[in-house]
Amino acid sequence: MASTRGKAGAIEAGDDKGLNGYDKDTIRDLYRTMLLIRRFEERAGQMYGMGLIGGFCHLYIGQEAVVTGLQAAALPSDTVVTTYRDHGHMLATGMDPKGVLAELTGRAGGYSKGKGGSMHMFSREKNFFGGHGIVGASVPIGAGIAFAHKYLKEEACCLTYFGEGALNQGQVYETFNMAALWNLPAIFVIENNRYGMGTSVERAAAHAQELYHRGQAYGIPGQQVDGMDVIAVYEAGKEVIAKVKRGEGPHIMEMQTYRYRGHSMSDPAKYRSREEVEKYRSERDPIENLKGRILKVGTMSEEDLRAIDREIKDIVADAADFATTSPEPDPTELWTEVLVATA
Amino acid sequence: MPIEILMPALSPTMTEGNLARWVKQVGDSVAAGDVICEIETDKATMEVEAVDEGTLAKILVEEGAEAVVVNTPIALMAVEGENLEEAAQGASSAPPVAAPAPASLSPSAPPPAVTVHEPAAAKPAAEPEWSGETETRTVREALRDAMAEEMRSDSKVFLMGEEVAQYQGAYKVSQGLLDEFGDKRIIDTPITEQGFTGLGVGAAMYGLKPIVEFMTFNFAMQAIDQIVNSAAKTHYMSGGQIASPIVFRGPNGAAARVAAQHSQCYASWYAHCPGLIVAAPYSAADAKGLLKSAIRNPNPVVFLENEILYGHSFEVPKDGDWTIPLGKAKVLRQGKDVTITAFSIMVGKALEAAEALVAEGIEAEVIDLRTLRPLDTETLVASVMKTNRLVSCEEGWSFAGIGSELAAIVMEQAWDWLDAPVKRIHGADVPMPYAANLEHLALPQPVTIVAAAKEVCYR
Repeated sequence: MASTRGKAGAIEAGDDKGLNGYDKDTIRDLYRTMLLIRRFEERAGQMYGMGLIGGFCHLYIGQEAVVTGLQAAALPSDTVVTTYRDHGHMLATGMDPKGVLAELTGRAGGYSKGKGGSMHMFSREKNFFGGHGIVGASVPIGAGIAFAHKYLKEEACCLTYFGEGALNQGQVYETFNMAALWNLPAIFVIENNRYGMGTSVERAAAHAQELYHRGQAYGIPGQQVDGMDVIAVYEAGKEVIAKVKRGEGPHIMEMQTYRYRGHSMSDPAKYRSREEVEKYRSERDPIENLKGRILKVGTMSEEDLRAIDREIKDIVADAADFATTSPEPDPTELWTEVLVATA
Repeated sequence: MPIEILMPALSPTMTEGNLARWVKQVGDSVAAGDVICEIETDKATMEVEAVDEGTLAKILVEEGAEAVVVNTPIALMAVEGENLEEAAQGASSAPPVAAPAPASLSPSAPPPAVTVHEPAAAKPAAEPEWSGETETRTVREALRDAMAEEMRSDSKVFLMGEEVAQYQGAYKVSQGLLDEFGDKRIIDTPITEQGFTGLGVGAAMYGLKPIVEFMTFNFAMQAIDQIVNSAAKTHYMSGGQIASPIVFRGPNGAAARVAAQHSQCYASWYAHCPGLIVAAPYSAADAKGLLKSAIRNPNPVVFLENEILYGHSFEVPKDGDWTIPLGKAKVLRQGKDVTITAFSIMVGKALEAAEALVAEGIEAEVIDLRTLRPLDTETLVASVMKTNRLVSCEEGWSFAGIGSELAAIVMEQAWDWLDAPVKRIHGADVPMPYAANLEHLALPQPVTIVAAAKEVCYR
């Protein structure tokens, strides 16, 4: 089975006419979710600087279109697992920004009651299975969840997100092999943001220009998608999710995207030029691009968009308020939930 | 009201930094994302980006300033519609937007006066005395029966591993299971321990109950990240939302003449880790009863078997619902002079030693630990309080081994009862040699246990 190149769905990037095929609500939701992630992450970065968030904090700014577009194409019964750059995934699966931000501040109101932190957060209710801190380790876990979907005869798939850095881990290929061998409903989403910490993809990955080919030896089809174009991601996502649910086996999506901020907070950013970051921000920004297309086509007015801005601003402010006023976990929490209690 | 720009923390450990350079000057307009200044930390010089929009109204900390403490206001920024000069007069007396750090994180605050003790583990129910019918089974058959019975009663239980299905198990433990349950539930995996262990953990997180067989635990070293980081820690890290009801099982420790890479005991490795349960049975009855409990348990269980024991026969209760509680040791032989603890294959050697000690006039009490985490300290301490002496037996290495832990527990909880130093019997502190004579020397033998028991009894 050959890999298929590029054509990410019916709509070409920058094809403004494409928006005409969508109802206003779909476009509105895409815009709103991306903006929520952007504003949430900016606030998280700010709160980190204020000492309210500790440890590692990996921001998703710049990559919003990837998870927003794919999760818009998925159903609530589909499952999600990702690595440690995970705040955007949580917001896109509908987790409460308050609980996410309160986990970042290490408070009792956080999704893990303050015991997980930025990299280790989960929501069983939203089918979000983390939030994993070990690069590559979440990939077989995602295939395991896909295995469970198949075992239980559910019409669902597992979206397994990981970076292009994780793609070089051996267990990823062990997973590709089993996923193909057992025809699992697994979608492997490579978020190629071009840098694994400070190492550019060209310096870490052989044949870096076509990472979606990495499943070819196992017969897993792959495609490259413009991960800065939320409509392209959404279209490609709908197609792939449907195909995987039809029982056609696993699929690889290489999302070409870019992170604006450092790997974590303490990133001197000496491995790329300011001009490169600026170019992405000014020319490829997923939110600005969608906004421009919305206004050009007239899906929504300036005032409609401003209303969304205001709504998001309030949501993030409320989340920050909750995250700074929620109490620290009770000291007794230190000892709870090491094991599931048995009678 | 102007916005105070605070000295940011740029790394997990940063408490202060130097203000290397102001990129923006007073009067410059600033957009979110613009670099406003450069901060030098002990690791690197980093650019600080603005979060808010506005106009830089006043610089409070001049460039070149050193050791500026995190959260110190370094500049004031006028927001839209604000007069620059008024803004420069300073922020209102209102406190900066930063909420104070939680008390327990503030470096100046004393540690919170809270004493929390680890709660005692829930006590497992006592093992019911079995007075019913028994049948003779090998450990191999008992393990197979346990899996088959649990698979019959719970469709979410399945077995995966190398050669478990068509080959009928590398050591024939899964013999016949493929015929009864089919290939959907008895699954041959490729030789990819890390991958299939992670896949099993993912399936468990979603609610299935996988049994992952390692052909031997030596190969599980390839997968230990998934066992410890993914399976053992996720329930805690998720605030109790995501459990991993999974059993990792297979032969552990030395077999015979398979040398260093195939002859290691991992008991203390796994017993070290909170979030895991670790069992290491000796008899067929315990193997069956504990494995059934392990499969039913909602936590990850590391189940350490022994290849040599697979062929040993024992009496096993004839009852499909009979189980042994995890976390409960068993006194196999009563005695008043010395306590000998062991687990897995060393139990047989300890019993042999106890028999030999009778001729020496020493009555040894033999305890099969059966579960290593949680450890049944109650049974251990009660026995030592009776015999006043402890000899601990294991096949693994001594350093930070199970015996070291038992010695510490007895010292902490039965110090005044001890009449002799605790004696640890263990494998030689070398990689397992291949030559028959050297292998024999590397493994603890009943004579070693006899000598140790006599030593602590001062005979």
